[in-house]
Amino acid sequence: MLANLAFWAFSGVAILSALMVVIARNPVRSVLFLILAFFSAAGLFVLLGAEFLAMLLIVVYVGAVAVLFLFVVMMLDVDFTELKQGFLSYLPLGGLVALILAVELGMIGMTWQASDQAMALRDAAIPEGMTNVEALGLVIYDQYVYFFQAAGLVLLVAMIGAIVLTLRHKPGVRRQSVSAQVGRDRKDAISMHDIKPGQGIGE
Amino acid sequence: MTADMLSQDLSLLIPELVLAGGALALLMLGVFLREDKASGLIQWLTIGLLVAAGLAALFLVSGEGTAFNDSFVFDSLARFSKTAIALVAAIAMLLAMPYLKTENLGKIEYPVLVALAVTGMVMMVSANDLIAMYMGIELQSLALYVLAAFNRDSLRASEAGLKYFVLGALSSGLLLYGASLVYGFAGSTGFYDIALAVESGSNVGLTVGLVFVICGLAFKVSAAPFHMWTPDVYEGAPTPVTAFFATAPKFAAIVLLARVLMEPFGAVVDQWRDVIWMIAVLSMGVGAFGALTQQNIKRLMAYSSIGNMGYALVAVAAASQTGLWALLVFMSLYMVGVIGSFAGILSMRTREGMVEQVSDLAGLAQRNPGLGWSMTALMFSIGGLPFMVGFFGKFFVVYAAVQADMMILAVLAVLFSVVGAAYYLRIVKVIWFDSSDIEFVPSAVSTYWVARIAGLATILLLPVLGWLVFRAYSVGLSLL
Repeated sequence: MLANLAFWAFSGVAILSALMVVIARNPVRSVLFLILAFFSAAGLFVLLGAEFLAMLLIVVYVGAVAVLFLFVVMMLDVDFTELKQGFLSYLPLGGLVALILAVELGMIGMTWQASDQAMALRDAAIPEGMTNVEALGLVIYDQYVYFFQAAGLVLLVAMIGAIVLTLRHKPGVRRQSVSAQVGRDRKDAISMHDIKPGQGIGE
Repeated sequence: MTADMLSQDLSLLIPELVLAGGALALLMLGVFLREDKASGLIQWLTIGLLVAAGLAALFLVSGEGTAFNDSFVFDSLARFSKTAIALVAAIAMLLAMPYLKTENLGKIEYPVLVALAVTGMVMMVSANDLIAMYMGIELQSLALYVLAAFNRDSLRASEAGLKYFVLGALSSGLLLYGASLVYGFAGSTGFYDIALAVESGSNVGLTVGLVFVICGLAFKVSAAPFHMWTPDVYEGAPTPVTAFFATAPKFAAIVLLARVLMEPFGAVVDQWRDVIWMIAVLSMGVGAFGALTQQNIKRLMAYSSIGNMGYALVAVAAASQTGLWALLVFMSLYMVGVIGSFAGILSMRTREGMVEQVSDLAGLAQRNPGLGWSMTALMFSIGGLPFMVGFFGKFFVVYAAVQADMMILAVLAVLFSVVGAAYYLRIVKVIWFDSSDIEFVPSAVSTYWVARIAGLATILLLPVLGWLVFRAYSVGLSLL
C-alpha cells in the first residue's frame, strides 16, 4: 500500500516536473525542474530495489550534469522568448504531425503483445542473493563487456573531437611551467630590502 | 566468463583490437612527439594499421562464430566487409596526406579519428545485437562529424560538420526509438532472439520498430528521403574527408542494413520489402535528377552517391543469396570508382588553390591526357556504361531484382540508370570537348597513381570480377 502510494507520488511528480521543464518560461526554472525530475526517477529506482542506480542518478545527473546545465544556462546570454517566437506560427502544422503520431502510437499501444521472454526478463531484474553493485558489475564487466568497452571508445572519440575543434594555442598566453616552478630557488624568489618607515619600496 | 571463453571471444575480434589498440598507441605517440614532426609519421602508421586490420580480418581470424553472448558475429560477410572497409579507408588516408599538408590541416588527430571511425565500421558489420549495432554506428558517426568540421577555420566546413551532427543525432534518435520498440516487443536485443520472436508470429509493434530502425539506417546510407544532409556535407567537408565519407561508411551501413533486415527480420520479408522498394526508387530518382543541374563536382558526387545507394537498396530488397552477393560486388566496384574519382578531384589544383567546379575540368583531355582518360573511364564505370566494371555491378543488382520477381523495380533501376548516365556523360563531354586556360599544378605522387590505377582498374578488373563473383557467392551462401 505504502509502496503503491510512493510509486504514484514519485511518478506523478516526475511527469509533472518533466512537463514544467518544457513549458517553464525561465530557463533556470527549467533546469531546477529537471533536477526534481531526476530526484523522482531516483525514487522510482529505490522502489524497484535498485538503490545503487538511484544513488548514481543523483550523484551523476543532479550533482554533475544538471549543475553544469545550470552554469551554462546562466552564463549564456540567450534570449529564450525570442527563440520561442516562431512557435505559434508552426503550431498548426506541428500540432497536426503530433496528432498523427499520437494516434499511430496509440494504435501500436492497443495491439501490444509483449512476448513471453519480455516478462521473464522483467522478473529477473533483481537477482537474488547479491547486492546491487555485484549484479551491475556482473552485467557490465562480464555479460556486456563488449558494449562497455565500445562505449568507452565512443566517449574517447567525443573527447578527442571536442579538443580538436575548440583548442587553440594563442601566442602570448602565460602557461604553467611545473619545472620552472619547482626549479625556483630562494635567491631569485626573495630579495631583502631595508625600508625606512613611511617610504615604501618606491620602484 | 572464464579466461578461456574470453580469449576465444577475443580471437574473433582481432581486427577491432588491432584498430582500437593501434589508434590509442598513435594518440599517445602524437601527444609525446612534436606535432609538425609527428603528423607525417602518424599518417603513414595509420595506413599501415588499416592495412594490417584488413589483412587480419582476411587471414588472421581463423574461425567463424559469435562472441560475447551472441552480440558479435564473425562470418564470411563480416570478413569480406571488414577487409574491403579497412583497405578503402587506407587508400582514402593515402589521398588525404598531400591535401592535409598543403592546406595546413596536418594535425595528429586526423589519422587517429580515421582509425577510430573504421573501428566503428568494422564493429557495425559484425553487429549481432541492437546495442552492438548502435555502439558501432555512434563510434563511426561521432568520428565522422569531427572529420567533417576538421577544417575549423572554414565556415563551410563548420556548417557541414554541424549539419551532419544535428541530422545524425536526429537519425540516431529514430534508430534508438525503433530499437526500443523492437526490444519491447521481442523481449531481447540479440538478433537471434529477435528472429525467434519474429518467427513466432508477427505483430504491429515489431514492424513499427523495424520501420524506425530502417529510417535511422537510411539516414546513414543517405538514401532518399533521408538524403538532405548529403550534398551540403559533401560540399563543405574537406575533399579527402568527402572521399572517405562516400566509400567506407556507406559500405558499413548498407551491410549492417542488409544484416538487420535478413537475419532478425528475415521471416517477415514481405513486410519490409515495400519500404525498401520505396526508398530505393526514391533514392535512384533523387540521385539521377538531382545531379543533372549541379555545377560543383563534390555536390554532383553526393547526388551520385544517393543514386547508387538506391541501386544497392534494390539488391537488399531482393532479399536473397543473389541479392546479397550482388550488393557486395556492386558496392566494391562502386568504391573503386568513387575513390578513383576523388583522386581525380583532388588533382584539380591550380596555383591559387583547389577548384571544384565541373567547368574547371574543361579541356582536361588535352592538358593532362592521363588524368582525362582516367576520369573518363571512372565516370563511365560509375555511370554503369557497358562494358566497364561498374556496368556489371549494376547488372547483377538488376539480375537479383528480376530473380526475386520484382520486375517493376528492375525496370525502374534501368530507366534511372539511363537518366543518370546523362550527367556522367556531361562530365566526359566537358573533359574532352570544352576548352579553357585553367592550368592544374602537378598533383602529389599518391594522388596521381590512385587516380590512374583506379581508372585502369575499371577495365582491368573485368577478369578479377569473375573471381569476385565466385567469392561473393560463397559469402552469400553462408548468411541465409
